[in-house]
Amino acid sequence: MSASAPGRPGVARPRRPTEDPAWLRWALCLLAVVLLGMFLLLPLVAVFAEALRRGVGPAVAALGDPDALAAVRLTLLVAAIAVPVNLVGGVAAAWAIAKFDFPGKRVLTVLIELPFSVSPVISGLVYVLVFGAQGWLGPWLEERGVQVVFALPGLVLATIFVTFPFVARTLIPLMQDQGRTEEEAAATLGANGWQMFRHVTLPNIRWALLSGVLLCNARAMGEFGAVSVVSGHVRGETNTMPLHVEILYNEYQFVAAFAVAGLLALLALVTLAAKAVLERAE
Amino acid sequence: MRRRAALPGFGLALGVTWLWLGLIVLVPLSALVLRPWELGLAGVWASVTEPRVLAALRLSFGAALVAALVDLPLGLLVAWVVVRYRFPGRRVLDAAIDLPFALPTAVAGLALTALYAPNGWLGAPLAAMGVTVAFTPVGVAVALAFVGLPFVVRMVEPVLRDLGPEAEEAAAVLGATRWQAWRRVVLPALGPALVSGVALAFARAVGEYGSVIFIAGNRPMESEIAPLLIVARLEQYDYAGAAALGLAMLLLSFACLLVFAAMQRRLRRGMA
Repeated sequence: MSASAPGRPGVARPRRPTEDPAWLRWALCLLAVVLLGMFLLLPLVAVFAEALRRGVGPAVAALGDPDALAAVRLTLLVAAIAVPVNLVGGVAAAWAIAKFDFPGKRVLTVLIELPFSVSPVISGLVYVLVFGAQGWLGPWLEERGVQVVFALPGLVLATIFVTFPFVARTLIPLMQDQGRTEEEAAATLGANGWQMFRHVTLPNIRWALLSGVLLCNARAMGEFGAVSVVSGHVRGETNTMPLHVEILYNEYQFVAAFAVAGLLALLALVTLAAKAVLERAE
Repeated sequence: MRRRAALPGFGLALGVTWLWLGLIVLVPLSALVLRPWELGLAGVWASVTEPRVLAALRLSFGAALVAALVDLPLGLLVAWVVVRYRFPGRRVLDAAIDLPFALPTAVAGLALTALYAPNGWLGAPLAAMGVTVAFTPVGVAVALAFVGLPFVVRMVEPVLRDLGPEAEEAAAVLGATRWQAWRRVVLPALGPALVSGVALAFARAVGEYGSVIFIAGNRPMESEIAPLLIVARLEQYDYAGAAALGLAMLLLSFACLLVFAAMQRRLRRGMA
């Protein structure tokens, strides 16, 4: 916005009426940078500083620990199941909501957003209420040798719940804006449903889709509260990376805890960078 | 001819959507609504009005409100600076705003604890000034303000961008000072967006768990948040009690969101 760009040095020009005085502009910018730096960036720096407190060696050793590796594997496995489920569900929901009018559309839109307004702990709790030892289906499943809570299925379900709206909510406004004329043209020209989706819809939504999947994945790998409730905290078996961080921290293994936390922080940084790139691609 | 017939896949898409929603969200959430009543009405009331529960609810909702109100001016400042000014580091600042969204909550909790502990980078100078942050309700509010900040910034930013300088120009032409124009033209236009940002930050903060439990100290009656009590009840296999508390939290936060929505409607009407 050229109206508020700082003036060229040495060139006196009258200040426009909507332009703030230079001292105010710089003071506000400085204040924002200092406050955000202390409030948002310093915690990030602290993670890496604590992880490397005794040098690189102990931090790397902590990441090579068998329990840590098991936690990494479990986190990747959970995300590899949860993210595709929400990808398919999210695309289906966006297709129905953005391209068609039907009774109950508004209710459906609100319900899809619901998991975001539920506490992570409650997101885990609801699965314990259904599948736990005293849950609705728990005893019946146990007789058949199926364990959901305190095992992989519970972790996956809780993760799907907390990451449920990401893909749908990035796609719906975009696909609504795009309307359905392009798809209708493809249909008129004889494309079948899959051809239409593959050649018309998908190219239009690919960046938003990728960005939704990225955010969904970051949350899936970093989720703590919901999986904490349904995990049984069995080391090397049902601990995802964030849960492993908590155990290490509670055992006063601070360097190891912050090393694993640093790995998760790197994931967050990569996600933010990729999101910035995608936003420019759009 | 019906318009709907033009595009295929409606039945399939809607079917998949309801199946996905029903199995993952609706059936499990119905357990939260139905199971507390195993205790009976009186039992549910007793279980959510225990002194320890009331203290935890007060802390969760009180600290969430304080945090959201702290995020209000901070978020407004950041949104204003990012939209209106050009300065070195603006891109980095803009990207950093989303950090609390992307950073796993447990990592944020650990980092804030290290930072604000009495021997931490920020905790030590604050302790010298007589302010204890970590392991007190203040620490809870700090963690909640951290996770809530992006909500305020990201709600205000697009409105501020759309507003443009024209309205302020008009005010200046009519003889308003810069401060008057800001106070009487810009701020009212941002009102509804500010309220929704604060409401979102509040809603997120009320249920927050991972970023809080490390810095809170978790002392009963003092620095114990409500979600932690749900976890404690589950660990004692008190499913109905945990569900009762969960349902109470959910209803309370919906009630708060209704209040925010009413505030927003009043601000909108004031603008028209």
